[in-house]
Amino acid sequence: MNLLEVKNLKKYFSTQKAVDDISFTIEKGSIFGLLGPNGAGKTTLIRMITGIFYPDEGDIFLDGHRFDPVNDVVKIGYMPEERGLYKKMKIGEQAVYLAQLKGLSKSEAIEKVKEWFIKFEMQSWWNKKIEDLSKGMSQKLQFVITVLHEPKLIILDEPFSGLDPVNANLIKDEIYGLAQRGSTIIFSTHRMEQVEEICDHIILVNLGKKILDGTVQKIKQDFKENKFSIQLTEVPATTHNPAFQVIDQKANKLVVKINEGYKSNDVLHFFLQQQTTIEAFNEILPSLNEIFIREVEGSKALTRAFQPV
Amino acid sequence: MGKIGLIIKREYLTRVRNRTFILTTILTPLLFVILITGSVYLQLKGREDMQIAVVDNNGFFKTNLKGSDNVHFDFPDGVDTTNYLDKGYTAILVIPKFEGTQKTDYVIRSRKSIGFGTEETIKEKINAAIEDNMLQQAGVNRSELDSIHTKSQFATLTPVQEHGNKAQESNQGLAYGIGYASGILIYITMIIYGMMVLRGVMEEKTNRIAEVVVSSVKPFQLMMGKIIGIGAVGLTQFLMWVVLITVLLTTAQTFIPHDTLQQIQTLQQNGGTMPGGNMVQASESAQRIYNIKHSLGTANWPLIIGCFIFYFIGGYLFYASLFAAVGSVIEDIQTSQSMTLPITMPIIFSFLIMSVVVYSPDTPLAIWTSIIPFTSPTVMMARIAYGVPGTVAYWQLIVSMLLLVGGFLFTTWLAGKIYRTGILLYGKKVTWKEMIKWAFR
Repeated sequence: MNLLEVKNLKKYFSTQKAVDDISFTIEKGSIFGLLGPNGAGKTTLIRMITGIFYPDEGDIFLDGHRFDPVNDVVKIGYMPEERGLYKKMKIGEQAVYLAQLKGLSKSEAIEKVKEWFIKFEMQSWWNKKIEDLSKGMSQKLQFVITVLHEPKLIILDEPFSGLDPVNANLIKDEIYGLAQRGSTIIFSTHRMEQVEEICDHIILVNLGKKILDGTVQKIKQDFKENKFSIQLTEVPATTHNPAFQVIDQKANKLVVKINEGYKSNDVLHFFLQQQTTIEAFNEILPSLNEIFIREVEGSKALTRAFQPV
Repeated sequence: MGKIGLIIKREYLTRVRNRTFILTTILTPLLFVILITGSVYLQLKGREDMQIAVVDNNGFFKTNLKGSDNVHFDFPDGVDTTNYLDKGYTAILVIPKFEGTQKTDYVIRSRKSIGFGTEETIKEKINAAIEDNMLQQAGVNRSELDSIHTKSQFATLTPVQEHGNKAQESNQGLAYGIGYASGILIYITMIIYGMMVLRGVMEEKTNRIAEVVVSSVKPFQLMMGKIIGIGAVGLTQFLMWVVLITVLLTTAQTFIPHDTLQQIQTLQQNGGTMPGGNMVQASESAQRIYNIKHSLGTANWPLIIGCFIFYFIGGYLFYASLFAAVGSVIEDIQTSQSMTLPITMPIIFSFLIMSVVVYSPDTPLAIWTSIIPFTSPTVMMARIAYGVPGTVAYWQLIVSMLLLVGGFLFTTWLAGKIYRTGILLYGKKVTWKEMIKWAFR
C-alpha cells in the first residue's frame, strides 16, 4: 500500500520552475531517498508535501486520502535542512510546545517528550536553553522533536549533518526502528553513501523534473557498464580477447569491461584457459555517487539556474 | 482558537517572564511617582527661609523694601560682611549708592548658595522698592494706585461648556494634559510594541524555527499569534502601570499632614471655599491639592480610558501587522532601518499632527486626521479629552473607530500575504515593490 502518492505536482515561482510535473509514490514503511543537486527543487517539493506551500497544479494523496494541509500535519514530521529552535526557550518546554502545535494534548506531549528524552539520554537537558547546546546536541533534539508525535510520514532533510559518528549511528538506528514500526521516511540528502546504505527507493530530481525513479538496486543495474573486477594469482602475458577490454590493472587485479554481445562467462572462460587461478570475480556496479554526478553534470545545472517560465 | 491560542500563550509568557519586562513594569511607575511626589514635596517644603541684613547706602529702601513669606529684610545697625552670620542673618545685601539711572550691581553674600527661586524673589522685591520710590517722587501714592488696581479688576472668566442641557465646567488645561499624555503614550506603544513584533518575526526567521512551526500551523496563525501575544503583553504592562501608579499615589497621600488632609476634605464638601466666611483660611498646600483633585474630577474618565484602550489596541493592531510583514522579509536589523521607514513615518507624522491638534482640536486638519486610521489613534486621543460630543461629534468618533477596525483588518490581510512568502525566503534582499506585488497577487 502506498502511504504517499504525488501526481503531476507543479510549483512555479516568478524566476524559475521550482517543481515541474513531478509524480512518484512511496510505499508504507519504506525509506525513500529524495536526491538532487542544490536548487533542484527538493525543498519546494517537500514544502508542498508538508503543506507549507500549495501546489500550483497536481495532487497529493496521503494515507489513501487527498492531503489536507490543516488536519494532516499531525501525520507528518518534518526536519528542515536549516534547523531552528527558539534560543531563549527551555528545551523541555520547547519540545512540549512544538508537540502541542502538532496537535498533541499537553499531558500527551509531556509524556512523549519524557519518553524520548530518556531514550536519547537527554533528561538532564530539560531546563537548559538551546544556546547552551552544542550543534550536535541541538541536532539530536531537533530529531526528537520531529518524530515524537509518531507521525506516519517523517521527512528528514540532511539529518546527519553536524553529527559525530556515534550520534549519527544512534539516529540511523532510530530511523530503521521507526520504519520497522510502520513509519514511512523521506530522506533528502546529497550524501550518496548514506542513501545507498539506508534507502530502499530513490528518486533523483534536477531542474524541477524527476530524472530517475526506482529501487537502489534497480537503478544500479540500469546504469551498470558491464564492468567486472578479477583477481588472479598471476596475470597472463596477453589479455587480448574479443569478449572484453582491460580498463584498469593494479598488481594482480584487473578491471575489465565486457564488450557488447558477450557475457561474464566468456571472460571467465578466457582466464580459465590461461592456466591461471581466479581468486575473485565480481561485478562492479556504479555507485550512486557516480550515477548522480553523471546525470546531473549532463544537464550543466549544478547550481540554481534562472530560466523563463 | 486551539493552535493560535498556544502561540499566543507562548509569546505572552516568554515575554512576561522576562526579567527586563518585570523590571521596567515595576520601575517605570515607581520613577513616575517619585518624580511627582518629589516635585510636590519640594514645592511644599523646599523653600529656604532667609533673614537678610540690608546695608543701604541710599536711605529709601528701609520704608519700601518688603519681604515675602520666606524672605525677610532687616536694616540693623553695625552689621557688615564680617559679622552678619554671628548676628543671626543668613545673608547680607549691599546696595550701593545710585548714580543717575545707571544699572546698579547689588551684591548678596551668604554662606549657603541661594536658590534660583529665592534669587528671583529678592530681585523682584528690590525692583518693587525702586519702583515705589520712583512713584513717590512722581507724586503717586502706592496705596492709591493699589486701590485703583483692585477696583478696576472686574472681568472674571469662567468657561462653561454645554453638554446637552447640562452645563459642565470644562478645563482646557486638563484636556490638553490628558490629550497630550495619551497621544504620546499611544505613539510610544505603537513604536515599541511594533518593533517588538518586528524583532520577534525576524528572530523566528533567522533562527529557522519558522519552517518547523509552519509545518504545523498556517503562517497566518503564527503571525496573528505573535501580534496578539505581544499586544497582550503591552496591555498587561499598561494595566500594571495604572494599578501601580494608583496604589503608589494613594500611599504617597498618607505623607500629607493630617490637618492639610482635613482641610482638603472640607474644601471638597463645600465646593472649594472654606465655610464660615473667611474665618478659617485653608492652607496654601491644601488649596493646591484640592485644585488638582477638583480639576481631575471634571474629566470624563470612563470615556477617556475606554477610548484609550480602544485606540491603543486598534492602533497597535493596525501597525503591528505591517511591522510583522517587514520583519518577515529582513534577516538582520541593519537592513530593517530602510524597510521600516515607510511604517514609522506615518506614526511620527501622526505624532506631529497630534502635538498641533492638542492646541486646536476643532480644525479640519484635526477632524480629518482623527478619522483616517493612519493617524487616528494618536490624534483622536488628543481630541477626546476636550469632550464628547462637545469637541468630537459622535459621528466622528464612530466613523473613526469603524475605519480603524476596517484598517487593521486590511493591514492584517495585506501583511499576512507578505508574511507567508517572506518568512521562508532566505538570502534575498526584498524591496517594497516586491512586497506589494506579493500582497496583491
